[in-house]
Amino acid sequence: MKESSLIIKYNKSNPTSKVPLLGEDVFRKKVLEMTRGGGRVNSFFSAENDNEDLVLYLIISYDARGETHALSMKVENKAFKSLTNEDTQFHLFEREIYEQSGIRPLGHPWLKPVRFPGGNAGEMDFFKIEGREIHEVAVGPIHAGIIEPGHFRFQCHGETVYHLETSHGYQHRGIEKKLTGGPYRDTVYKMGVIAGDSTVAHSTAYAQIMEAFTRTAIPARAQAVRAIALELERCANHIGDIGALSGDIGYLSTSAYCGRIRGDFLNMSALLCGNRFSRGLVLPGGVGADIDDDIREQLAARLEAGKKDFLSAASLLWETPSVLARFDSTGIISAESAERIKMVGPAARACGIERDVRRDHPSGYYHLSYIPVSTSEMGDVSSRAYVRWLEVQESIKFIEKLLAELPVGDSGRETGTNLKPDSITVSLIEGWRGELCHTALTDGTGRFRRYKIVDPSFHNWLGLALAMRGGQISDFPVCNKSFNLSYCGFDL
Amino acid sequence: MIKVLRARIFQKYRTIKFPKTVPQLPERYLGIPKINQDECKHDCAECIEVCPVGAISKISGIIDLDLGKCIFCGKCSGACSGDAIVFSKDYRMAVTDRSSLCISEKIVLRRAETLNKEMLRIFKRSLRLRQVSAGGCNACEADVNVLGTVGWDLDRFGIKFVASPRHADGLLVTGSVTKNMRKALLKAYEAVPEPKIVIAVGSCALSGGLFISHDETGNGVDTIIPVDLYIPGCPPHPLTILDGLLRILGRC
Repeated sequence: MKESSLIIKYNKSNPTSKVPLLGEDVFRKKVLEMTRGGGRVNSFFSAENDNEDLVLYLIISYDARGETHALSMKVENKAFKSLTNEDTQFHLFEREIYEQSGIRPLGHPWLKPVRFPGGNAGEMDFFKIEGREIHEVAVGPIHAGIIEPGHFRFQCHGETVYHLETSHGYQHRGIEKKLTGGPYRDTVYKMGVIAGDSTVAHSTAYAQIMEAFTRTAIPARAQAVRAIALELERCANHIGDIGALSGDIGYLSTSAYCGRIRGDFLNMSALLCGNRFSRGLVLPGGVGADIDDDIREQLAARLEAGKKDFLSAASLLWETPSVLARFDSTGIISAESAERIKMVGPAARACGIERDVRRDHPSGYYHLSYIPVSTSEMGDVSSRAYVRWLEVQESIKFIEKLLAELPVGDSGRETGTNLKPDSITVSLIEGWRGELCHTALTDGTGRFRRYKIVDPSFHNWLGLALAMRGGQISDFPVCNKSFNLSYCGFDL
Repeated sequence: MIKVLRARIFQKYRTIKFPKTVPQLPERYLGIPKINQDECKHDCAECIEVCPVGAISKISGIIDLDLGKCIFCGKCSGACSGDAIVFSKDYRMAVTDRSSLCISEKIVLRRAETLNKEMLRIFKRSLRLRQVSAGGCNACEADVNVLGTVGWDLDRFGIKFVASPRHADGLLVTGSVTKNMRKALLKAYEAVPEPKIVIAVGSCALSGGLFISHDETGNGVDTIIPVDLYIPGCPPHPLTILDGLLRILGRC
């Protein structure tokens, strides 16, 4: 019997024709069978084929088995029966499909805009709770701090939040659309600014796509440099978040120290490549800067100092009752809800869900070296802070190990842009916010027919909304920071 | 409590002495490029072809580099068979006149000038800014934010970020100004009382940067509101931002 899905392997591309193209009924049956069997949707999007027929592609993973599958469906009459009512994880993907291609998911519970292309962000009907004593709080797009724009709409009774709806699109730059027809000379740099705090993660995902399409093998040394850079990125952001969380509850010691220590970790990235956000470090085919002996020594020394500073600064949190009183039981999301909406990253791991691309779908150096998955149980602000605390320590250990065993070799060569035509490949990376998924389809001439990006924030914004339910509106800043999701990564 | 005190002693005093002393920049940091016209082959266009943002042009053989577009990737320098474009470690590149960012061998960057006398009288010792991200990728925002940490301690210069544009003396804008943020940016600008200043940070805010000609964004802040200080980079190093801020206040 013909397989109804295609297994996609890391660093391999497949002819697009090998992705089973199913009719709607078979596709629906198969997809729901897969999701009931533990399948998690990584990406679900529309693309056009050569005859300008619309096709829906689904990328779905079984984390426990480390498998990623692709299947597709031919769209008839620009509509299909929505899957959202059967499985919540489809809800946002279907809204996105409708916005990007006009394909209507029939029976979708509330088909709202996702990114408002064209400039009318925020113009939509928000969920409203009726009642004389209910009041509505609108926040944003411009927020109080130095932070990206987004709109939040709370339905409250007194201090209690009954519902939070997030509305985005303010950061929409139309990146995906401009990638079509590429790769262009600016593509790799655009990847670096999808979410500017996740430059290494997105650039690595893109590099792996290019390497799969050009069948390029990467020297182990270049892979090690990428892994070091990715973990440095994770450390810097997690440390910054721990500091900011402390700031949000008025515990200024940790806040002041971690703000500075974060900078030290950004400077370690700058030591590698000259840029604090690792711009231009990860390139298709390898890395733009090597770690020579001098840098290796300096990095090891700075890492050691950074580790001591961090442990001293952040361990205060767990010994200060007033901190724990504010963190504990604030912004709880149950493991059940997190699993239902398929949250990713530290936010999911803080609910006890062991989900980590580095372990489940390893690529690059993570094939060779294992990094333990850090989890916590309660799903509250405390757990999300604690997972970060654990992860920083694991990442530092990992970098130390890599620096000690840095493989000999070079930093690789550029892949060029001669991509395999009519092919598909998928790249999964565990960024510091969680899984990011890049899927690319090439056309007959080896140019991108479709390049689809899913940032971890795409999976997790609903998690923040659910975590606020029943909580106090004054807890929103600390809850928001405990997720610290990307606005531009979501808005692309 | 004893642990808190112990941590305080362990973390030491870490505020940098800038502008008195300048902290060391990373070895591989790329600052203002220097153009050596003699090294440039007349019929060669390698640097122009590799530039991801179209920042380089050659007009009758003379290289012209627009630092308002430049993302400091260094590709041009690597592509050149000679040393026609060499990046220095000079971080002082904020300007008050956008055209000063277009440099060639003969035309060097003219650094930001201090505000006029009246503005200086009002803002020199107390400048309150409202930050607006309008399509920024969170890197410029992060390196603006870092100025508030103890390492930089922006408050010691009397500069502070505030929550409302009505409390502010000016805006610091990042991002190319997406269509979806245009209205919000204009509203924030109008809410700032006169006299006010606008500071654009990062190549997106200066020219559209990597998003030039995207349907969903504009090409920088000064296409919408007047800009008084341009700070280039992708993102600019915090030193570049601080240098720019102090320069217009005549404190650097």
